[in-house]
Amino acid sequence: MEKLVYKEPKCLVENFKYTFCPGCGHGYVLAIIAGLIDEFNLQGDTIAVSSVGCSIFLEKFFELDVVGASHGRSPCVATGVKRSKPQKFVFTYQGDGDALTIGFNETCHTALRGENITTICINNTNFGMTGGQASATSLPNQKTKTTPFGRDIKKYGYPIKAAEIIAKCEGAAFVARCAVGSPKLYDETKKIIRKAFYNQINKIGYSFIEVLCSCPTNWQMTPVEANNHIINDVAKYYKLGIFKDVLEENKSI
Amino acid sequence: MNDIKEKILLKGNVAIAKAAIEAGCECYFGYPITPQSEIGEYLSKAMIEENRVFIPVESELAAINMVIGAGSTGTKAMTSSSSCGIALMQEAISAMCCQQIPGVIVSVMRGGPGLGNIAPSQGDYNQACYGGGNGDYKIIVLSPSTVQESIDLTYLSFHLAFKYRCPVMLLADGILGQMMEPCEIGNYPYKNYNYDIESWALDGAKNRKARNLISLHMDLGELEKLNYELNKKNIEIEKNEIRYDKYLTDDASIIITAFGTVARVAKAAIKQAREMGIKAGLFRPITLSPFPSNELYNTINENTKVVLDIEMNLGQMLKDVRSSVFGKCDVKFTGKPGGGIINSDEILQKIIDLNNNIES
Repeated sequence: MEKLVYKEPKCLVENFKYTFCPGCGHGYVLAIIAGLIDEFNLQGDTIAVSSVGCSIFLEKFFELDVVGASHGRSPCVATGVKRSKPQKFVFTYQGDGDALTIGFNETCHTALRGENITTICINNTNFGMTGGQASATSLPNQKTKTTPFGRDIKKYGYPIKAAEIIAKCEGAAFVARCAVGSPKLYDETKKIIRKAFYNQINKIGYSFIEVLCSCPTNWQMTPVEANNHIINDVAKYYKLGIFKDVLEENKSI
Repeated sequence: MNDIKEKILLKGNVAIAKAAIEAGCECYFGYPITPQSEIGEYLSKAMIEENRVFIPVESELAAINMVIGAGSTGTKAMTSSSSCGIALMQEAISAMCCQQIPGVIVSVMRGGPGLGNIAPSQGDYNQACYGGGNGDYKIIVLSPSTVQESIDLTYLSFHLAFKYRCPVMLLADGILGQMMEPCEIGNYPYKNYNYDIESWALDGAKNRKARNLISLHMDLGELEKLNYELNKKNIEIEKNEIRYDKYLTDDASIIITAFGTVARVAKAAIKQAREMGIKAGLFRPITLSPFPSNELYNTINENTKVVLDIEMNLGQMLKDVRSSVFGKCDVKFTGKPGGGIINSDEILQKIIDLNNNIES
């Protein structure tokens, strides 16, 4: 007997041109988002905000209305969209270079204001699109195009643990860090992003989801090595988990 | 809104804020900076009372990008700032042109460069008309010279932003922002204009194909094509929207070119000159961009010996004046940078000196 195990989400563009490198983590997260848009029946009410970096080409993958933002400013563009059309479902899809390096001020203030939007932030510990330079999230000793001797924390400071910081912003409703690198992690990530979507739909407030993703090309690894690197190294430095969940907090009171 | 006929005394900044309310501005995002903070202060109350959106934001970057977000859904949105704050918005203004997103930016100039000072200035003519954003783009820049005109041009800013799907800048200076004048407010003239927002605004892909407003165009030839389209729009704007004012230019041997506050000071000097029998006149561009080039050229008549450009800067509009005059007569300049204010006596003396030169 045939059993349907995967169906292409209808909000994905048919036969879209995949712009990512082999083994890149972006594709998993985009598939999760598309699946959830379908699951919550949001296609006709969604305005997605794209950013700058590998995360930029949302309109090439999604049958969704998309507005582009300059580097780091998608939380502001999303704020303008949401405040002008509060009934719409609004999410930003950003990388660590965008949301946590050039745009961290905007990310924090959006969390502090408790904007009822969802931010999905892909953290692959480097500027992927420009060819693998160090970003705010590059790990200590990580070799990149601009830290060829490894990230020296004495010279360049420490990586930003964004989820932990944003969880301290009182306006944030739901802050979590997850990863894609194994089927188990994929399923957990889907659960967490589902919760973030649920929060916005039910006006619970701002959700920030940091997703640790592989970048095999710039990490100079095979896709399998890159996935192992996420589990064995990246997720050791950036602890996975839920850092804030007002729904659960309210339950426990 | 009731139609109000009587005049009320209004401060320039407050008048702009009130006009934005009348024009149906649904969202205001702003960060304080002297000399325009009263705009945000006024709207922090008025917008909430009107059940509209007001956010005191974390930076000018946030403000203008929120305008982009609201504009992308076809919502009337505005921000206001001054010199160094407007400098921070340049990247987004270029993006707005590329994405064809409407929005209104009020710029109340102070002295520069750098943090400069908080004295009135016209040092941001170049910033407004020629921008600091990247790429081939142009925006509409409107220059009021009275508080009443600040109101009327705020109305026009919202109208043109939506008519052409582009950013429009209202360029005032610290004097205009801070002075009080009697004016009429309360009759937004573009109420019934149909902007066809439905054809482009984002509201979710319901019963239609998805659409996008983006500023990265990587496909071969795509960006070149878009630039030609945007240029076509700019030519259309140039054809339809040029505005200017003339005062006693028909027989003028000396034509002063000035915008904003300086133009009204010049008017006072011209009146005095006329009383002395000197044929002086004023040409005042209202749209600084697009610049009324042909109109200035045609204003120069057979009696005109010299065009005197006066600005509160070191001659930023001068290049536009020169290229418009196109050698038809002599062009002179006088101005003061860094917050220096030009008074009517100084202008009158300049007119007298020029007149003596002409006659000798």
